[in-house]
Amino acid sequence: MKKLSRAYLILIFIILYVPIIYLIVYSFSAGDTMTNYHGFTWKHYADLFADPRMLAIVANTLLVALLSALIATLIGTLGALSIHRTSKRVTRDVLLNLNNILMVSPDVIIGASFLIFFTTLKLPLGFGSVLLSHIAFEIPIVVLMVLPRLREMRPAMLAAAQDLGATTKELLSRVIIPFIAPGIFTGFFMALTYSLDDFAVTFFVTGNGFSTLSVEIYSRARQGIDLEINALSGVMFLFSLLLVAGYYWLQQRHHRRKNKRQGATL
Amino acid sequence: MTNRKNWGYFLPYGLWLVLFVIAPVALIVYQSFFNLDHQLPLNNYATYFQSGVYLKMTANSIWYALLITLFTGIISYPTAYVLHQLKHRQFWLLLVILPTWINILLKAYAFIGIFSQAGMANNFLRFIGIGPHQLLFTNASFIFVATYIQIPFMILPIYNALDDLNPAYVNASLDLGATRWQTFRRVIFPLTLPGVKAGVQAVFIPSLSLFMLTRLIGGNKVITLGTAIEEHFLTTMNWGMGSTIGVILILAMIIVMQLTNDHDQPGGFPR
Repeated sequence: MKKLSRAYLILIFIILYVPIIYLIVYSFSAGDTMTNYHGFTWKHYADLFADPRMLAIVANTLLVALLSALIATLIGTLGALSIHRTSKRVTRDVLLNLNNILMVSPDVIIGASFLIFFTTLKLPLGFGSVLLSHIAFEIPIVVLMVLPRLREMRPAMLAAAQDLGATTKELLSRVIIPFIAPGIFTGFFMALTYSLDDFAVTFFVTGNGFSTLSVEIYSRARQGIDLEINALSGVMFLFSLLLVAGYYWLQQRHHRRKNKRQGATL
Repeated sequence: MTNRKNWGYFLPYGLWLVLFVIAPVALIVYQSFFNLDHQLPLNNYATYFQSGVYLKMTANSIWYALLITLFTGIISYPTAYVLHQLKHRQFWLLLVILPTWINILLKAYAFIGIFSQAGMANNFLRFIGIGPHQLLFTNASFIFVATYIQIPFMILPIYNALDDLNPAYVNASLDLGATRWQTFRRVIFPLTLPGVKAGVQAVFIPSLSLFMLTRLIGGNKVITLGTAIEEHFLTTMNWGMGSTIGVILILAMIIVMQLTNDHDQPGGFPR
């Protein structure tokens, strides 16, 4: 039984990773198709880094991701603070439900409704609309990451700070923000990955001139196999590995600190 | 803290709520009443419910989403179960999550290569003597790839539910003479059902709207609600009808959420 379950697990992991390995292996193939490996080459990576259009798109994608994640983190944190502050349970539940609408809505709905929204306001489609959309769908995840930290905060700590003469500003910058910082970082990270991962919403609101990596991959993949995309996937896989490592490092650090603190109070 | 200052903090978030949550939903509902010539309200809904094409497409889309959810569940539950018994389970769980960080389009693109005429899947079929077949652009390949993409999103909530399960219940059941199968069927599975429901929520709704997969893998043979919306908005420019289908999709989503939410357990997971 144990052997059987091990075998099953190994099979699942093979299925999960075969497509990714397949992509990356062929990024080093000298041929032009994803069939019959033709021997090792760096050619597709060289092509990728010499393709000015692709490089511009990578820069666009990173710019949108970083900028939107920063702004979303700021607004989301403020939102979490105000949701946490609401004393009425009903108001808080309503706010939380509204917050979660964009979390559960299918991408197409978000994309289509934002497209109507931007057109109604006569906002031109392009960098601005993509940035605004990304900020919009990243805010709720930041709120959801920051709120639990706020709930963990003991009211006695705030009362103590106020008794010792802290002003509202000091309370926020010296007590609250440092305490919820891990939540803010996690929120920022999640926002960043949401932005990098998004295809559908961007596809709807991007217009003609502006493109992100997902949209570019989609339009190239519709034309067939192009090993430059494989090279791109190799680079993006490395990048994701770094992001995952960073994310887990943050989490581990948070847990270690928490354990240390709990150990100290025991 | 004065009330006015509170307002200042809330303002950006409140603006976001009004502009990007409430307004878009209101706009899509409003738009759904108008057809191409800005005629008669409810015209689109009449077209939708009277034409066999739209109803058949919706039924098809729901059927495919059900199949995808079913396959994902059948594959994921045992995986989560075995995974949970491992020694370094945090590490293995990380390996399950890692593929979700790879862009979905790259994963779909990989399958264009794997399923092609001379690709890996056909080589394998030739090897065992039943190939080659046309794999790409079939309904089966669409279901396969969609299931592949959704598996981690099903494994995670089930794993969390297993993690929350108090092992004392399992031990008690075994001590009282239940067989392993009885313990699973009567104790473990019912107690982890909220995890399964959360997984269904995470898989079923996106499966209704995966338009990029129907285009890249399904070869436009499968039309999901998502494909129809994309088509109406970006190709035929019939936003009214697109919004109508969007409203139908929102309703489907609400129904699924109602069916899979645990009203008696506000936390979602048993403690």
